[in-house]
Amino acid sequence: MINIKDLFIKFPGFTLQDINLSIKDGEFFMLLGPTGAGKTLILEAIAGIVPITSGRIFVKGREITRLPPEQRGTSIVYQDYALFPHLSVLKNITYGLRYHKNDPKASKKRVTRLMEQLGLQPLAQRSIHNLSGGEKQRIALARALAVNPSVLLLDEPLSALDPNFREDIRDLLKKLHQEVETTFLMVTHDFAEAMFLGERMAVLNTGKIDQIGPVHEVFHKPATPFVAKFMGIKNVFHASFRNTKARVHNLELHLQSPPGENQRYVAIRPEDIIISRNGTSGNDINSFQGKVMGVTDRGPYYEVSAGTGNVIFRVMLSKNDFFKLELQKGKDIHISIRSSAIHVF
Amino acid sequence: MAIKRKIDPFFWIAVFSTVTVVVFILFPLIEMVFQPSVQDLKDAIYDPDVLGSIGLSIYTSGMAALISFLIGTPFAYLLARKDFLGKKLVESIIDLPIMIPHPVVGIAILGIAGKNHWLGQLMQQVGIQIMGTVTGIVTVLTFVGLPFYVNTVKAGFEAIPVRLENISRSLGASLSETFVRVTFRLAWRSMLVGIIMCSARAISEFGAVVIVAYHPMIAPVMIYERFTAYGIKYSQPVAVWLIVVSLLLFLLLRICSLPKENQK
Repeated sequence: MINIKDLFIKFPGFTLQDINLSIKDGEFFMLLGPTGAGKTLILEAIAGIVPITSGRIFVKGREITRLPPEQRGTSIVYQDYALFPHLSVLKNITYGLRYHKNDPKASKKRVTRLMEQLGLQPLAQRSIHNLSGGEKQRIALARALAVNPSVLLLDEPLSALDPNFREDIRDLLKKLHQEVETTFLMVTHDFAEAMFLGERMAVLNTGKIDQIGPVHEVFHKPATPFVAKFMGIKNVFHASFRNTKARVHNLELHLQSPPGENQRYVAIRPEDIIISRNGTSGNDINSFQGKVMGVTDRGPYYEVSAGTGNVIFRVMLSKNDFFKLELQKGKDIHISIRSSAIHVF
Repeated sequence: MAIKRKIDPFFWIAVFSTVTVVVFILFPLIEMVFQPSVQDLKDAIYDPDVLGSIGLSIYTSGMAALISFLIGTPFAYLLARKDFLGKKLVESIIDLPIMIPHPVVGIAILGIAGKNHWLGQLMQQVGIQIMGTVTGIVTVLTFVGLPFYVNTVKAGFEAIPVRLENISRSLGASLSETFVRVTFRLAWRSMLVGIIMCSARAISEFGAVVIVAYHPMIAPVMIYERFTAYGIKYSQPVAVWLIVVSLLLFLLLRICSLPKENQK
């Protein structure tokens, strides 16, 4: 278990504050946030690489706040691999073993097994130069796990990889996590990665945690407009509420249930808004006349700006649907939204 | 055949400047090397005084480089890796010996090593003599050479990603183990270059040495002495030998410091 209590780090021009995290043994925990939110700083604080201003950090019940990095039992993997350029693949992987020699036989077995799992056996004697990014990241993973750490800290391990390697390593990470007892704490700015790998996540917004929870909960029920936008919810509006109705500008939206107190926003995922030409979706209560205000080609899908009154919804449409509806800028449309698709916070 | 393009006049200015600089540096040196006759050179190298002074020059410069290596390496590491209050000041202090006129260096060192200073008295009690000794020569050469070593090696340390050291630490290696197993292994080339820079600076020092120790005579002092006593013709052969020997040494070190093909 990793316990972080009131972590506070102050640098000129940046502050990380009120960081309270509790990560279970063996969990795959994600730290999500945009560049500059302070994600890497949290990892490096746990690893003991950056000095912290105040706060306490525990790993498996042992306080490590004041321990030097080599006594913390935390391994770190960076996005740029950071392999030792003067050592061979095998020597990179076994670098830390001499400091963990309680049981040399078990260590050796562990390295052999890791190298098998990561497909590194054929590369063992190679120099680390001229290897692909995917190979290098597999070596970095093997090196970090070889010392059997309590915690594996992953700093955007997929970001520097080509898309085809990225999926390989992503799948490998998931598999490795299931096979070893180590707790994984990974930093990323990609919510799709977080959804695929993580069990729970914390979303960081300029030095503060906005929300902590199971990945699906954060994805579907964001707690702040920042988290909502970060999770790809492009329709976030300020709203006023009365009973089961929400008012956004002059538009009235029917909710599934009355909102709780102190709730001020509605959020609707762009894929949850339905566009039709003649309002045939029928009995929907949230159904409005509107116009296509603009169309953006997003590669695999189209993003349509659908305006009604002075509210503009961003709607995700498959290419197929888009052509069937014969949409173009200025066309009249019907916009409908299921009550259950409206998230209130 | 390459397609011809219009060339900017600045290009020709740059070419002209390059040629000027190269000629300006090489012409006097080459001329000097070829002015003495073979017989003159032979006589000079068979002269035990000449041989002794060149040997002493190399020995004292080497000692200065060794001392710089021993105390300059941890210092350069600190400058490269840590931010601390007054770091800019410390960095300026290490550059001071480059700026101070050379005789002033000699005078300053004599000032604290003499009988009238408590440090000089203390050194005398433990038997360290600066004035007119090899120790004195090594002291001033270290003084003038140290900045070149520290600055070179500091840049070398800065070029090593700090992440490699972080990884090493997180895998269980202490700071000193990390230094030996990672940092030193990656920085030794810049240390070698630092040693070359430092001893090159030391071997060329004259002004500070002549004040602290006219005798025993290092090669530049001997060249100066022969020049003032007998003229240019008599000093040239010694100068040629000093240049040849130091060039060979530096070339050798330089070759050792070149990266291997597969490590570029």
